[in-house]
Amino acid sequence: MIPPLIVERALAVGLGAIAVTDHNTAENVPAVMRAAQGRGLHVWPGIEAQTREEAHILCLFDTAEQALAWQEVLYGHLPPLKNDEALWGMQLVVDEEGDYVRTNDRLLQAATSLTVEEMVEGVHTLGGLAIAAHVDRSAFSLLANLGFIPPGLALDALELTPRTPPARFWAQHPDLALWPVIVSSDAHRLADLHPRMRVRLEAPTVAELKKAFRGEGGRSLDLLLAP
Amino acid sequence: MRVQEVVSALGLHVAAGAGALDREITAGYTSDLLSCVMAKARAGNIWVTLQAHPNVVAVASLLNLAAVVITEGMAPSEETIARAEEHGIPLLLSPKDSFTIVGRLAALGIRGNDESAA
Repeated sequence: MIPPLIVERALAVGLGAIAVTDHNTAENVPAVMRAAQGRGLHVWPGIEAQTREEAHILCLFDTAEQALAWQEVLYGHLPPLKNDEALWGMQLVVDEEGDYVRTNDRLLQAATSLTVEEMVEGVHTLGGLAIAAHVDRSAFSLLANLGFIPPGLALDALELTPRTPPARFWAQHPDLALWPVIVSSDAHRLADLHPRMRVRLEAPTVAELKKAFRGEGGRSLDLLLAP
Repeated sequence: MRVQEVVSALGLHVAAGAGALDREITAGYTSDLLSCVMAKARAGNIWVTLQAHPNVVAVASLLNLAAVVITEGMAPSEETIARAEEHGIPLLLSPKDSFTIVGRLAALGIRGNDESAA
């Protein structure tokens, strides 16, 4: 998943925008944004952050600076442990060509000490969006780990993996019918990248994305059928 | 066995629900996934978990559990404690891990739902 190949693959499958959300880190985000520059592909910088309840929250921003600022907050709330490459794999930071820059030796496969409420509030304070990731999964999911969406939690949307048809999700969770639902690739390999949503925006910003989630002011979000 | 007897035997700190310690415990259950608790815990159970989120109180109240033991020194927020007081759910705190607490509960004669049903 090196930046130029992500951009090539995204364009090849017809994507106009992607979000890059590594686990608890944004160190590779600037390289993907640079690789996409002038190519007609918008890149939302982001992080898939893990709360103390071990729920994953997608955090999306407008600028790499915002994502890196949020990363510093997360780093300050992660356990001070080193990554074990034999267990968790390599954590490489690369440039826009895909060339090696450094190895991130921090243990990223861990929970921060932030509660889900603190996570959502922190993302919003920085001007970002907070989306409960893959709530249809049985692990690292806000719905599974906390049983239900905490009342009053200011999430911007719930995310489903492509494996769960939205109609089935709504049939199982009629109480969640009022939440905006998005479906994304959750791509961990290039082959997983596919268009999953069509959004109508006036500009590729998180503020516009939020309006599209809510169907406000002519913005819209359509979930696409799985190929 | 009543909740108060467990509090005394295990030296638990009562963070909330001190007025509801005379509840009779039917059996025990442990999980940190609240979706599992909602599916499997039964009324009158004592639930052992390291989760301290306010949703814990909602689940305990929904299922009419006898008490919740929050392990490993996890500290419930003021909101969690306030909700537990409001719903009359005893929140019992321990610095010990869940395995140790469950072992102590079993030694006191508290069984799991699967054993109780058999």
